[in-house]
Amino acid sequence: MENPATSPKKSSKGGWISFLKGLLPTENGSAFVPPFSLIGWIFLLAGFFGAFTFGWVVYPVALYSRQPQPISFNHALHLDPDVGGIEGDTETEKCLYCHEFRDDGTFSGIPKLAKCTECHDDPESPLGETQQEKEFMEKYVAGQKEIPWLIYYRQPDCVYFSHIAHVKMGKIECQTCHGDHSKTEKLPIYRANLLTGYSINIWGKNIAGYKTNTWDRMKMDDCAECHTKKGHEENNACFVCHK
Amino acid sequence: MEKGHGHGNSYGMVIDLDKCTGCGTCMVACAAENNLAVRPDESDKQRSITWMRLYKVTNGKEFPHTEVCYFPRPCMQCDHHTPCVSVCPATATKMDYHTGIVSQIYTRCIGCRYCIAACPYHARTFNWWDAYFPKGKGLERYLSPEVSPRMRGVVEKCTFCHHRLMRAKNNAYAEERRELEEGEYITACTEACPAQAITFGDLKNPEHKVSELVKSRYAFRLLEKLGTEPKVYYLSTKDWVRRMADNYLPGEFKPIAKVKLG
Ligand code: HEC
Ligand code: HEC
Ligand code: HEC
Ligand code: HEC
Ligand code: HEC
Repeated sequence: MENPATSPKKSSKGGWISFLKGLLPTENGSAFVPPFSLIGWIFLLAGFFGAFTFGWVVYPVALYSRQPQPISFNHALHLDPDVGGIEGDTETEKCLYCHEFRDDGTFSGIPKLAKCTECHDDPESPLGETQQEKEFMEKYVAGQKEIPWLIYYRQPDCVYFSHIAHVKMGKIECQTCHGDHSKTEKLPIYRANLLTGYSINIWGKNIAGYKTNTWDRMKMDDCAECHTKKGHEENNACFVCHK
Repeated sequence: MEKGHGHGNSYGMVIDLDKCTGCGTCMVACAAENNLAVRPDESDKQRSITWMRLYKVTNGKEFPHTEVCYFPRPCMQCDHHTPCVSVCPATATKMDYHTGIVSQIYTRCIGCRYCIAACPYHARTFNWWDAYFPKGKGLERYLSPEVSPRMRGVVEKCTFCHHRLMRAKNNAYAEERRELEEGEYITACTEACPAQAITFGDLKNPEHKVSELVKSRYAFRLLEKLGTEPKVYYLSTKDWVRRMADNYLPGEFKPIAKVKLG
């Protein structure tokens, strides 16, 4: 066979040039002729918008699962000074009543059932009259069963995070990273990425990657951005946030 | 690259080979602490995963002059020209100038094993298979949540129990402290060694015992001539042991004048 590299004929290049020439007006006055017919344009645009809609509207929705939480929990109600009876001078102190630090500095995360039963101690006499509370009492308090919460902010397994470093040493409010979760009355639907299994709260809800609040996303770059801004560049080494 | 030098801590280890009995507790403690995977058949030691390996060396003499010495070998956490870091094409391994610890990010590792070839100490091992924890034997319940398990196709190595540093820091923060006391952060092998042959601490802190021990005339490091500045030091009063740690030209090695032991 002839070696194409040494062949004098560069046929493919010639083909492209003559194709491009065809798009330009020629010397004998014939006007520009579009390479596609009208039907072709319609198909092209339909295909484009179809793919566009799929990529930007359908895919981001289809990518995430939708799972309800086991029971409804009302942060606003429990933090209401007239209802809950949870004490604390600052907002953070109130949160720490349930989301406490252990003596060794580790963070307890979502409270265990034992914390709830400090108030909801008797399944026979609920504190209120709501259906949600009855359900909670019957399903979990009566049988002393832990509630299998789905955790919105859970990072991948390889990530190390320390609440005490941020909340106590860094003096950062919970809201900076968790937004208004503590003001919600109803729990949002938990949505996990079907490919990675990570919660949508990490990747962010916006497919285009816009971020208006500090808590919209918590990816690697969002962590590092704040560390740099706060002058803690030493915390941008891999083994600070990874384990 | 050099800009970070001189800040923070520089964690290091001193292993007294005269005290080491070769019992292997450090290897076991390390494996349990760091979720090291086992294999259905562990007899092929070339393929098994260890972060801390125990080497046995002898002086090669006939009985009754035979002497034996054991070398426990963690990752050396090389301070300078860290060979694995300089070859890694994926930035999966980095040396942190604030702790002196060489990190290994498993999710970032692409499994090319260049670092294994580059490491002069054979401190790195490769996961040829997915981690295996025999079902129903309760082994999976011993897994530590502080160390993320590895997957097939990545390289792993000793991290100086880095999670223990973070744990110690959290503990200090709970007491409104930033500085760690000596001994608050030690590795699992240091803690487990029944002969107390291993000392761990901050080489840059003159109050820590390690910074005193490394000045001993019996202190040496493995393959020191390569200039990798390992942060793991060994102590031995025996000339033949110290001589074994590097390659010397004839007449180059300087024995230390005989000392009377005991
Ligand atoms: C009565 C106890 C209680 C108090 C007080 C409380 N929480 Fe919660 N918190 C919970 C429970 C139970 C959950 C699990 C259900 C859920 O996700 O909301 C939770 C979940 C959360 C989560 C979501 C964690 C995740 O990743 O799924 C955040 C964020 C949070 N709380 C923040 C706060 C903040 C901020 C405050 C203080 C303003 C606060 N909480 C006060 C009980 C409490
Ligand atoms: C400090 C006391 C206290 C603690 C601790 C506490 N609760 Fe409550 N809880 C209340 C009070 C008071 C109400 C309001 C009852 C009412 O008036 O409806 C309530 C109401 C509820 C309701 C019904 C909410 C609704 O939407 O009507 C649920 C469900 C509930 N709690 C779950 C929990 C869980 C789960 C925990 C553990 C994380 C917990 N509570 C911890 C005091 C507490
Ligand atoms: C600097 C950002 C930041 C701040 C400030 C912060 N958190 Fe978090 N929080 C996180 C991250 C990141 C996670 C996920 C941790 C993980 O997966 O290991 C998390 C997880 C949680 C969880 C779920 C923990 C679990 O795994 O069970 C709760 C509950 C929570 N935070 C509550 C709080 C409360 C209450 C405060 C304020 C006292 C607070 N956080 C402050 C970033 C933050
Ligand atoms: C809003 C700002 C902010 C965000 C967002 C943030 N950090 Fe931090 N982080 C800090 C500050 C400030 C410190 C230093 C605290 C101190 O030592 O005073 C810190 C320190 C740390 C430390 C060091 C803990 C120690 O033991 O010294 C770790 C680990 C860490 N951050 C991980 C993360 C991770 C992982 C994320 C993202 C999920 C994150 N941070 C997001 C501000 C932030
Ligand atoms: C400031 C904290 C922080 C630092 C420093 C940091 N990471 Fe991350 N990293 C994260 C967080 C949080 C995630 C999970 C969220 C995400 O995927 O962005 C992550 C995710 C990753 C992932 C993807 C893991 C997965 O399962 O999806 C890789 C790979 C990674 N990091 C490598 C590195 C390497 C290599 C370095 C050092 C050069 C590094 N990281 C430094 C916080 C950090």
